[in-house]
Amino acid sequence: LTLIVCQNSHVYYIFDLSLCSGGAELLFNGVKEHHVTLPSHSEPWDIKQLLVWIQQNLLKERPELFVQGDSVRPGILVLINDADWELMGELDYKLQDQDNIVFISTLHGG
Amino acid sequence: MSQVLSRLKTKLQEQEKEIAALKSKLAQLEKSHPSVLELHDKVTPLTPLKPKPALSNEDIMRYSRQLLLPELGVQGQLNLSKTSVLIVGCGGLGCPLAQYLAAAGIGRLGLLDYDEVELSNLHRQVLHGEENQGQAKALSAANAVRRLNSTVECIPYHLQLSTENALQLIQQYDIVADCSDNVPTRYLVNDACVLNGKPLVSASALRMEGQLTVYNYCGGPCYRCLYPRPPPPETVTNCSDGGVLGVVPGIMGCFQALEVIKIASGQGSSSSQQLVMFDAQDTRFRTIKLRPKQANCAVCGESPSVTKLVDYESFCGAAATDKCRRLNLLSRDQRITVQDYQSIKDKAELHLLLDVRPLVEVDICCLPSSLNIPLSSLEERKREHIQLFQERISQLKEQMAGDCQPPVYVICKQGNDSQKAVQILEKMSGSEVDSITVKDICGGLMAWAKKIDPAFPQY
Ligand SMILES: [Zn+2]
Repeated sequence: LTLIVCQNSHVYYIFDLSLCSGGAELLFNGVKEHHVTLPSHSEPWDIKQLLVWIQQNLLKERPELFVQGDSVRPGILVLINDADWELMGELDYKLQDQDNIVFISTLHGG
Repeated sequence: MSQVLSRLKTKLQEQEKEIAALKSKLAQLEKSHPSVLELHDKVTPLTPLKPKPALSNEDIMRYSRQLLLPELGVQGQLNLSKTSVLIVGCGGLGCPLAQYLAAAGIGRLGLLDYDEVELSNLHRQVLHGEENQGQAKALSAANAVRRLNSTVECIPYHLQLSTENALQLIQQYDIVADCSDNVPTRYLVNDACVLNGKPLVSASALRMEGQLTVYNYCGGPCYRCLYPRPPPPETVTNCSDGGVLGVVPGIMGCFQALEVIKIASGQGSSSSQQLVMFDAQDTRFRTIKLRPKQANCAVCGESPSVTKLVDYESFCGAAATDKCRRLNLLSRDQRITVQDYQSIKDKAELHLLLDVRPLVEVDICCLPSSLNIPLSSLEERKREHIQLFQERISQLKEQMAGDCQPPVYVICKQGNDSQKAVQILEKMSGSEVDSITVKDICGGLMAWAKKIDPAFPQY
């Protein structure tokens, strides 16, 4: 579903950023998967930097629906390789080759 | 002749006696098993469920296909029969959940819902029928469940779960299932389960997606461990705004039934500290490993700050219902009523009616002569839409002649999005587009349907 390919170690990433569930994809014009290229970086990207990049490049309109402060807003769960990001170091997690990053917003309907 | 008469009289007397005996027996039976379920409007103490010593022949026949499963067996079936489950919400999740729990032979079902059955519920709330419209959902569900399995004890509660009644209610049940439709109730149910030490089988559904987790079970996390802070109210979409395909909560409610049955029968649930996500579009389940119970959790942590139930509506900044929220973003002079708009139409006053609903809703119904530009297009200042809008304003100006600010009336379904649109258009007026006078039509098309044109569809 979501793939991060490291083209050139620590320099250049191409990845599919998947936003599913609870209408999070509606924020991104209904696109569930994004194919984007992260600019080169001397250090590996961490989640914190990724959030800033998403905000600046994918979500120009209503960022308040996705971020709050330097993290995601309450009600969005970040998954790193099918695990809760809390288990992985949250904002400080360093993106690695083949990682899956998914943003889920909780559903409340019944 | 007289002999025949006396014989008949005696026979009649005997039969009358027999009828009387049958009537009294029936009355006694009805007393212990009332044929008309009593709807509870408050929480009352329940007698403890008595464990069955053994399965009856009828039980064995009824449950034979699941008794054959080594995972369940006789002991599992007996365990089910002594378990009570509280279902919070008898809607799209609660209906299939109640149905499968009753069919499987759960001992007691508490069915809670504050709402009544409406026509727009029937596509997903499958225990209710057309003839139940206007009836309390809890009662409608209980009657349907009883037709399915009369040996299951059903207690319908027609009430709103609240800070005042939640602890007393939940402590009387062994397992709680959250089938509610709003954020404050989800926090309330969670906290009441943690404070009472009850496992919480929670599911939710919206549009084409569903989620399921078992909280507060076997040392796993609670809802607050995962979501310590509630989402901003403006980011929460409910089923009446966002829509939901009926079968999606159906699948998730069945999933809840599965987890409840596993917990009740003694097999145990594997969904603690785990989030199951269902994507109905791609027909795909994903299982996510969640964080463990958090030491700093406000309610289940090591030094909890929530030691009794709090005010959940103010905690979440939202009402404990999925009925539409009423935004109030504008001043009175920025809004008109549907009656005002009708008279504008009747007098054929020149104006532009702007419908800011998404296209999928405009396809359902719209007012003739309205221009549709979805709110999202205004927010993003979509070029082609802004151009179209400007063209219509220019036409109006020509027709009106003279120096004027053409009036624009903005409408949506309920009158929330239209207010946001008015704010945006006011910012644009005089800069991005020609100067205009913008007003919101209070209550939107649903108010139009209710108060002006009963033939206009409601959805
Ligand atoms: Zn907790």
